[in-house]
Amino acid sequence: MPPEAEEIAEQVFVALADPSRRSLLAALAAGGPATATDLAGRLPITRQAIAKHLTLLADAGLVTAEPGERRRVRYRLRSAPMRVAQQFLAALARDWDGPLDALQAHLEKGAHDD
Amino acid sequence: MAFPDRIERVVEIAHPPVTVWTALTTADGLSSWFGEEVTIDLRPGGTARMSWSSGDVADMRIERVEEPTVFGYTWHVYGLPEDDPRRTYVEFTLEPVAAGTRLTVVESGFSQLPDDAHDKAFGGNVQGWASELGELVAYLDAA
Repeated sequence: MPPEAEEIAEQVFVALADPSRRSLLAALAAGGPATATDLAGRLPITRQAIAKHLTLLADAGLVTAEPGERRRVRYRLRSAPMRVAQQFLAALARDWDGPLDALQAHLEKGAHDD
Repeated sequence: MAFPDRIERVVEIAHPPVTVWTALTTADGLSSWFGEEVTIDLRPGGTARMSWSSGDVADMRIERVEEPTVFGYTWHVYGLPEDDPRRTYVEFTLEPVAAGTRLTVVESGFSQLPDDAHDKAFGGNVQGWASELGELVAYLDAA
């Protein structure tokens, strides 16, 4: 597997492991781009902690910083890394055991039809 | 390797490959154990669809049909957005054994990265929306 994919997914999972960063990402997903001040007004997290988490999220490529109004930096969610992580979750969520058990049960039930 | 690119299962079934083949490749067969409603056009390049009363739908594109030993198809990755172009490849291999059939299923492609073209398209979409919303705002401001 591409090591790059693993690295990207790991950063997503590290980001999501922290409840403050989860709520920051959730706020950006739900409400669109926002400044640290906007986010501090909406979330029960200190302005200082928000700035620290946003820097970490920007370094990991999960949010991008862009110029906003009144020379404030706005943060925007980047969905591409989430899509890489989603694919790993898809592998864990795929169930083949259930369908294969059902296939065996179906064929055993129909044993006398052979 | 922390994350699997491929999932593999092997099961032994007390029936000859021809019986297992029918269960894997016909609408009647598939609807008995996998999908609830099934349609299938069994040829390379053909499509198949399985649906469930839950509202879930699986659209498959058939890649390999080598009766009664290999059946392969691609499908959308469950849990990814509808517009995501990535697909995994599923291949069933049937091998006759004394007890009946050894059936191997391999699903691969989970660790593929979204390709560059897709990244660009997706980035393009985001910018497209931002600029369209910007145009709407400019239009309303002017009115």
